[in-house]
Amino acid sequence: MAQLQFRDVTLGYDRHPAVHHLSGEVAEGALLAVIGPNGAGKSTLFRGIVGLLKPLAGSIAAAGVKPREIAYLPQIADIDRSFPISVFDFVSTGLWRSTGMFGGIGAAARAKIAQAIAAVGLTGFEGRGIGTLSGGQMQRMLFARVLLQDARVIVLDEPFNAMDSKTSADLLRLIEHWHGERRTVLAALHDMEMVRAHFPQTLLLAREAVAWGATADVLTTDNLAQARRMCEAFDDAAAPCVPAPASRAA
Amino acid sequence: MLRDVLFAPFSEFEFMRRALAAVIALSLGSGPIGVFLMLRRMSLVGDAMAHAILPGAAIGFLLSGLNLFAMTTGGLVAGFAVALLSGLVSRSTGLKEDASLATFYLASLALGVTIVSVKGTNIDLLHVLFGNILAMDDPTLLMVATNATITLVVLAVIYRPLVVESVDPLFLRTVSRAGAPAHLIFLGLIVVNLVNGFQALGTLLAVGLMILPAGIARFWSRDVTPMICIAVGSAIVSGYIGLVLSFQTRIPSGPAIILVASLIYLGSVLFGRVGGVLPQLFPGRHLEA
Repeated sequence: MAQLQFRDVTLGYDRHPAVHHLSGEVAEGALLAVIGPNGAGKSTLFRGIVGLLKPLAGSIAAAGVKPREIAYLPQIADIDRSFPISVFDFVSTGLWRSTGMFGGIGAAARAKIAQAIAAVGLTGFEGRGIGTLSGGQMQRMLFARVLLQDARVIVLDEPFNAMDSKTSADLLRLIEHWHGERRTVLAALHDMEMVRAHFPQTLLLAREAVAWGATADVLTTDNLAQARRMCEAFDDAAAPCVPAPASRAA
Repeated sequence: MLRDVLFAPFSEFEFMRRALAAVIALSLGSGPIGVFLMLRRMSLVGDAMAHAILPGAAIGFLLSGLNLFAMTTGGLVAGFAVALLSGLVSRSTGLKEDASLATFYLASLALGVTIVSVKGTNIDLLHVLFGNILAMDDPTLLMVATNATITLVVLAVIYRPLVVESVDPLFLRTVSRAGAPAHLIFLGLIVVNLVNGFQALGTLLAVGLMILPAGIARFWSRDVTPMICIAVGSAIVSGYIGLVLSFQTRIPSGPAIILVASLIYLGSVLFGRVGGVLPQLFPGRHLEA
């Protein structure tokens, strides 16, 4: 069953497409790596999936989940690290879907929060302010919050940037655990070895989908070279895109 | 002797008791608002807003003279208008909140001063600019207390989205729609508390009871909840000492209160446990782990 369905979707900014005419579907329980050069539209696609960006054309359908029920780890987290909040309280916001604005956080919820913190190896940091964490600890904390969100669909935008190998390995185990629970996981990645070793499905994006399918079939030299040739800059003088009828059928 | 200085003014004079009650009510509302202003890097927004409410108050004054109820209503209307308009402009156009507010408050301030000076006297202008906490009548006191109560209740309602939006706005947008309403309601609360302080301290200093206590709190705690308590406490202490000082020395009460708060702030900058100057200069030996 398709968890996510892209129907000829175009996403972008100021009418310029960053993801152009993408069609396809992500099966429920899939573990999909989204790869591509910088500016390929990976983050844009993710923003579209979680509803932060409205498609310029086409649509994204998520079966059985609202955009707000998709857990999202952005590449550039917009977090005010000087804000005086403890790791525990920060992670607890992952329970938003069940607590909402007014719901209390009782003993059971506290236990769940502590478990999530333990799962990412941050036990002992509960009372620390988030401003005292290192980059890797911060990322672990964000994973703990995703864990707590208990979402059917999880979207991770370059989750391993600047992580040391131990942290990457720990967090990768968490992703595989989610995969084992049949959650649908999408991750934007740059480490091809990691993609080959751990992600069964891959979408190679370069504004348009260059290849999409089993990882071994996608990560060919030809495909990667084709993705690299794509032009990053928007053409300010570009004419409105009128797709030929034949290309719509695909 | 000390009793005469510290307590006699309040036991002997009713207007001093009223002033103290007013300043305590003000502190309860302004303290938490100030902490959130600071944490959201909006301290100067509070200042701008204080100017923005002037034309409304001036129109109230124009219509019904030095009637505090009319002036408060006018101030609320003007403040909400500026807050909502600038909030909407910045949210719908991507213009930063500070730039958007700056344009609105400058227009508003110019309009306000024009209205007051066309109609009123210099004494009126002074009253509007500096307030008079020693002239609290029953309706005014009641209004100050009501506004403080509203502030605390509403703040409790929007507390969670407000905190999450301050620390991780993108996350809040992906889980809830409460961010924008919470922000707009918060802007409204700023106005309510400015108008409140406006009676007592005037347009220029009203924002002082928000910003200075929040600044003080920042130097003594790393967590939001104690910060709010410290801000409220230091605002009340400043108000009390300021009133005593003003009574004994004839320094005007509004400036006296803000000056005391400034001194406490200065002390906090020097000695504050969290990032104060002296603790940084003499941190003690480093720890083992």
